[in-house]
Amino acid sequence: MARITLDHLAHAYKANPRTAEDYALKEINHVWSQGGAYALLGPSGCGKTTLLNIISGLVRPTRGRVLFDDLDVTDLSTEARNIAQVFQFPVVYDTMTVRENLAFPLKNRNVPRDRTARRVEEIASLLDLTRVLDRKASNLTADMKQKISLGRGLVRPDVAAILFDEPLTVIDPHLKWQLRSTLKEIHRALDITMIYVTHDQTEALTFADKVVVMHDGAVVQTGTPEELFERPTHTFVGHFIGSPGMNILPCRIEGATAFIGNTMIPLRRAYRTLSDGERIELGIRPEFVQLQPKGTGLPVQVRRIDDIGRARIARVEMSGRPLAASVPDGISIEGNEASLVLDPNHVHIYANGHLVAGEATGGHAA
Amino acid sequence: MTKTLNNKAWFFVLPVFAIVAFSAVLPLMTVVNYSVQDTFGNNQFFWNGIGWFQELLDPSSQLGEQFLSSLMRTLLFSAIILLIQVPLGIVVALSMPREGWTVALCLVLMALPLLIPWNVVGTIWQVFARGDIGLLGWIVNRLGIDYNYTGDPIDAWVTIIVMDVWHWTSLVALLCYAGLKSIPDAYYQAARIDGASRWAVFRTIQLPKMRRVLLIAVLLRFMDSFMIYTEPFVLTGGGPGNATTFLSIDLVKLALGQFDLGKAAAMSLVYNLIILAICWVFYTVMTNVDAERDRVEA
Repeated sequence: MARITLDHLAHAYKANPRTAEDYALKEINHVWSQGGAYALLGPSGCGKTTLLNIISGLVRPTRGRVLFDDLDVTDLSTEARNIAQVFQFPVVYDTMTVRENLAFPLKNRNVPRDRTARRVEEIASLLDLTRVLDRKASNLTADMKQKISLGRGLVRPDVAAILFDEPLTVIDPHLKWQLRSTLKEIHRALDITMIYVTHDQTEALTFADKVVVMHDGAVVQTGTPEELFERPTHTFVGHFIGSPGMNILPCRIEGATAFIGNTMIPLRRAYRTLSDGERIELGIRPEFVQLQPKGTGLPVQVRRIDDIGRARIARVEMSGRPLAASVPDGISIEGNEASLVLDPNHVHIYANGHLVAGEATGGHAA
Repeated sequence: MTKTLNNKAWFFVLPVFAIVAFSAVLPLMTVVNYSVQDTFGNNQFFWNGIGWFQELLDPSSQLGEQFLSSLMRTLLFSAIILLIQVPLGIVVALSMPREGWTVALCLVLMALPLLIPWNVVGTIWQVFARGDIGLLGWIVNRLGIDYNYTGDPIDAWVTIIVMDVWHWTSLVALLCYAGLKSIPDAYYQAARIDGASRWAVFRTIQLPKMRRVLLIAVLLRFMDSFMIYTEPFVLTGGGPGNATTFLSIDLVKLALGQFDLGKAAAMSLVYNLIILAICWVFYTVMTNVDAERDRVEA
């Protein structure tokens, strides 16, 4: 049980890093509170596995400290850290039964035999492994093996946090849901901090209370799934989360009005602080852009309409810029002329990729 | 599944049959032919039935006694070789570097003994171990140990074993190294997190993952050591006395030295069957250990 603090943490795989590019992990300050369910989300190669391995002690950071509660564990070895980790590919000890696998971490720590046996039974029933306790771990299915890896972490009563490194990669799709809900249940039952690394936004958003989005070795946003969806603080988050991702359109701002090409878009807030050299973009999620018949909003050209199952997404062009919009039920578009209606509450302005707050216009908005 | 019958397939298989027939089956049949006949030269052969086999397998006959003692020597030799080379090969493989430029260096150094022709190996050691001019023999003698592989049977055995260990341990080590390389890092990381000791890592991860390559290593090393001929022939010529006369050396003496074709043919057939039988036992036992473990639990 512990709060995990990352204090000015950075890591480079090269020796003597100088520029920011040398760092696989740029400076991070973050606190994972006790008992939280976190997801570490980002594309492959963004440094999330490095961060995970630093927390578990498999990698020693180039700079900064890792604290468990108030104890500095930066120099402690993995086995001294009370951390459990579940890897991408299931790791089980082939020659042992499931029972022996679960008992292994306790046996290595010289826990008395009767206490070990009791603890193994407890964890097995929690993970629904009781039926297979006496079978060899090597010929079970991948999801069972992942449960065993997880179980080896859970048997240790002192375990402070469990780290998951894309644990569902090799699991059949229909079992992914099951295993993920098992994880949620265990999290609720045991009050253990869980950090879940993934590049799959669905996994991250359904598992975690808080999602940490990483990009290019740095944390770009930390927030609840709703926050990430409704108020992405970086265009990368907007683009990476959601399917399809946020529309990011280069634009020009004058006071409380945005211009995309020749199209004028009134805004709720004024942006007077933007300087000329910055790359200004307007972001809005397709969910907040509705396609309407011609003449009822901003004029656009419809390129095609994709049916993605639960919704229809129109691919349109506005002043030559491609854009995705949702198509409300019952709307039918004749020809390729149509218009868009934007929800002004969900229009965000970004300067060089970062969200700009803007200032209230006091009802002046058009 | 439906089976497709295609007679054209025979055209692909027949050449193989033909080559195997000429290279293996026909010579073997010649040996079988010799083994049931006796000859007194002049290419005249007489039917002898299973006479040679009876004599060979009867320890009270001179041939039988000779065969039995050679067989025992060979079995002892193979056992010693396996007992030394397999554990040593594992230890060497475990201590080899896992990455960096030293890997290539190690692999090349390890492969060197394997590339040397067998009679050259014998010659190298024949000179190397000589008490008067050989570096090894000279040093050992200077250390006050009375060592002479041409005169003392124990010294001869030790020399041959050391030579074989030098020549072939790399093979076991390279096979084990390949097995070790195939273990994903996550296993080692998981073991560290589980607090496993070095020995537990070896027992629970490395050894089980190496089992398949070890089976191959054991089979190859058994077959090779059981058939060893060239190196001891060059080094000791089977001596001193008969101390290092292994089955193969005995066989060659019998066939080409004494020209006892019938006896030699019978002996090679029995020799061949012993190798086949022992390999079969090794293979079945080691693969059954696998299957057994799976079955018990299923």
